[in-house]
Amino acid sequence: MPGFDFSNYNRNAALCARGMSLPKATSTGTTIVGCIFDGGVVIAADTRATSGPIVADKNCEKLHYISPNIWCAGAGTAADTEFTTALISSQLELHSLSTGRKPRVVTCMTLLKQHLFRYQGHIGAYLVVAGVDPTGTHLFTVHAHGSTDKLPYVTMGSGSLAAMSVFETLWKPSMTRDEAVELCSQAIQSGIFNDLGSGSNVDVAIITADKTTLKRNYVKPNERVPKLRSYVFRRGTTAVLNEKIIRKEDLGNYVSVHELSTAAAEEGGDDKMEVDT
Amino acid sequence: MAMFSQNPIMNGPSYSFNDAPRVNGPEGARQHRFDPYTDNGGSTLAIAGADFTIMAGDTRLTSGYSINSRHHPKLFKIGGTTADQKDATIVLSVVGFMADGEALKERLDTICKMYRYRHGKPMSVKACAQRLSTILYQKRFFPYYAYAILGGLDEEGKGAVYSYDPVGSYEREQCRAGGAAASLIMPFLDNQVNFKNQYEPGSGEGHALQEVARRPLTRNEVETLVKDAFDGAVERHIEVGDGLQMMVITSTGIEEILLPLKKD
Repeated sequence: MPGFDFSNYNRNAALCARGMSLPKATSTGTTIVGCIFDGGVVIAADTRATSGPIVADKNCEKLHYISPNIWCAGAGTAADTEFTTALISSQLELHSLSTGRKPRVVTCMTLLKQHLFRYQGHIGAYLVVAGVDPTGTHLFTVHAHGSTDKLPYVTMGSGSLAAMSVFETLWKPSMTRDEAVELCSQAIQSGIFNDLGSGSNVDVAIITADKTTLKRNYVKPNERVPKLRSYVFRRGTTAVLNEKIIRKEDLGNYVSVHELSTAAAEEGGDDKMEVDT
Repeated sequence: MAMFSQNPIMNGPSYSFNDAPRVNGPEGARQHRFDPYTDNGGSTLAIAGADFTIMAGDTRLTSGYSINSRHHPKLFKIGGTTADQKDATIVLSVVGFMADGEALKERLDTICKMYRYRHGKPMSVKACAQRLSTILYQKRFFPYYAYAILGGLDEEGKGAVYSYDPVGSYEREQCRAGGAAASLIMPFLDNQVNFKNQYEPGSGEGHALQEVARRPLTRNEVETLVKDAFDGAVERHIEVGDGLQMMVITSTGIEEILLPLKKD
């Protein structure tokens, strides 16, 4: 039967009446963007990681490697973006080895969406997937629930609105590499300054048919302000209430110590790794 | 088990009509909610010196992940005779819910002006501090959601800082940090203003060690500490930034200083 399926309507209305809230969309502190240009694709990210209102990492990496010609920008739960991209990167490597072909961006996107859909949004990974493969240049977004988009310019994360406003005013079809890099950088900076969840530096990755260039800390608009005063304490400022010195020769009284001969130690260091042939 | 639940509110094993929690009352009574408060972020700081008091606050106004304003002062001169408050001697700083903070400032300022009109002399910081506590406690069951700090010079001309909780509990202190980054700044102040956890090297053994003697800080030292405290807070708290507003209260009047902070 054509058209929409309303079979869940009554159930959802009943659940709402019973006080169940509708699934709430959440976005966590990050700005990530991507933009296609003539001959390739650019992705960029800010470098702030937060836990609540506290900055956990001032210079983290949000651009993840998938394969030499495919990279991924991640927003959402840090562990989820990290592990999901690593898992799909591994699957894609094995797939490429068994088929003897270069991995394709659609393959990567499909693996990601199927993995994320299976977990019904509990894996909080919001990704921008970009790459160049034998079928051309591609740019996708993948949401935690498994939906995807294919667009010439994309933004994600809590800074996505700030970044998208830059794209909507400055984007044009057919750009040079440098124009695309500058546009993405501007979009990220808009997120850095206008969204509290984003901050610090801009990371950029440029993917073309022949190579990928990762520009870590492409722009650093938020250098630390030097302290006006030195806060070095004089030696001995901290109180030591008691101390106990254990000499090396008495160590055996507290832990079991095994002496290693120097020859054995060297031999251990020279051990060859066993490799399946 | 509960972690793998499909039901976000229940955290139970599955959707079930019988188990679903009731938000509505038992006899079909509707529960209404009223959310009159917002947290507008930001941080404040006050340090009392021997013959001066320095008050400071960042000028960022936030709600959620958005910046509403990059220059919205948290420091207010209180009890002057004119609108520009050029002859004021007391400063009030507020953080928390800015609308309540500003309403509180208006109330206190009006009361100080009325006092001057009736008694023909300005209010002392001590009296003003007690009055502010009363204003806050009057709204015990619908509080002003504001963390206030009052600064000025006492009857002997010494620096005075009074800090408050939203329902009027107050205390005179040497220094106090308030707001979003209070938990980041206060330990720094304990160490650098009151020399907590600092001992004279080689002055004794274990518990017999001599604490570093407290000494009054100079105005210059305090200004440096305030700037460094805020630069540190800006690095690690997302709601603090944009600008630093400082007010130095001395016997000759109140000097206002504006410095830039990081804007990310």
